[in-house]
Amino acid sequence: MSADPTQVLAFETDCHLFDGCGFDKVSPGLHSFLFEPLWGNADGNGFYFNKPMLLALLGSVIVVGFFWAAFARPKVVPGKLQMVAEAGYDFIRRGVVYETIGKREGEKYVPLVVSLFFFVWMMNLWSVIPVAQFPVTSIIAYPMVLAAIVYILWVSLTFKRHGFVGFFKNVTGYDKSLGAVLPLAMTIEFFSNLIVRPFTHAVRLFANMFAGHTLLVLFTIASWYMLNGVGIAYSGVSFVMTIVMTAFELFIQAVQAYVFVLLTCSYIQGALAEHH
Amino acid sequence: MTPALVLLAAEGEKENPLIPPWPELVIGLIAFVIVFGFLAKKLLPNINKVLEERREAIEGGIEKAEAAQTEAQSVLEQYKAQLAEARHEAARLRQEAQEQGATLIAEMRAEGQRQREEIIAAGHAQIEADRKAAASALRQDVGKLATELAGKLVGESLEDHARQSRVIDRFLDELEEKAEATR
Repeated sequence: MSADPTQVLAFETDCHLFDGCGFDKVSPGLHSFLFEPLWGNADGNGFYFNKPMLLALLGSVIVVGFFWAAFARPKVVPGKLQMVAEAGYDFIRRGVVYETIGKREGEKYVPLVVSLFFFVWMMNLWSVIPVAQFPVTSIIAYPMVLAAIVYILWVSLTFKRHGFVGFFKNVTGYDKSLGAVLPLAMTIEFFSNLIVRPFTHAVRLFANMFAGHTLLVLFTIASWYMLNGVGIAYSGVSFVMTIVMTAFELFIQAVQAYVFVLLTCSYIQGALAEHH
Repeated sequence: MTPALVLLAAEGEKENPLIPPWPELVIGLIAFVIVFGFLAKKLLPNINKVLEERREAIEGGIEKAEAAQTEAQSVLEQYKAQLAEARHEAARLRQEAQEQGATLIAEMRAEGQRQREEIIAAGHAQIEADRKAAASALRQDVGKLATELAGKLVGESLEDHARQSRVIDRFLDELEEKAEATR
């Protein structure tokens, strides 16, 4: 972390345990997710460019580059790279889209879902890539953009498929058999589907990456902070935890990307279904 | 803490991490659109085409293999049928030949038997006829010679035919008896 000049951590490399320097001076927090702009000024309302933006664009280029290398001139008998990319593509296409939406209706949404999965995964992966070491998705703007795209798609699909009344019924989960509780159920469903759901869709990814990054930073900083006198023993434990958490994060990154596209598919499926 | 860090830390407390600044939204959208554009417009259609081609190639290969197998099967059956037919034919021919041979042998044996019997019968008849001819010729010759001899010896013509023939016959009978006795 300390090797990264763009990240302004409240992290002083001279601050150690038993030196009269408190951990509150170096501990990670919200400031760990704020970056001084590489270009422009973040204080005003003007445009600026910072490290997460750079990572986001670079991540896009990497994802496109990977698939370009694999699929630009695809062969019927695939090479190694094409085989790996095909496995990933097939996993999302068959394992996620066909499973939830179905082959006939789902085929149209395969490109979106595949793009979403690999984009989100790449953004998450930045968390453990040396020097970058920051998950872009731990900044709410990025999951929010993706959730908004899915939300707009979902709303327009529901309208197109069911018309205005049908949209209302679909969104509110209209069901006559509920009787007296129907108004209450419809109100709850309306808020849940139309207002809370896009928010939770974005925040689920954001919060996981945010928490994961905080944990990694915490153990990394703690390993350095306690590296003084008897603290070395604690430091070792913290360092091991850093490695364990890095492995765990690798797992969580893939899982969260998977969950994000699985929810996307389930929303699209809900929009296409005859009844809510 | 350096002044800059204090500033940022203070700012961090003010900032809500759930409220995104607009430049980040713009960059996020651009970044995703780049990925989506390339994948949806070029790369995924590319690979879909190839996957379809591969599927067809595999199915075509399977179909071809199946056709070849059916053909091989039918050829094998045909061959087997032909072989069985040939075997059957051979067996039939062999049996026929055996039967024919047996009847031929039997016929030839019967024919041989018949010819042998004929030859034997003919031989017997010939011998009998020869014997009879010889016997009668001999009887005449011996009678004549004996008469002549007796005439010469006696000097007297034996005119009396009745007696003469009686004497000759008696003589010949004696001769035959002698011959019977010596046989």
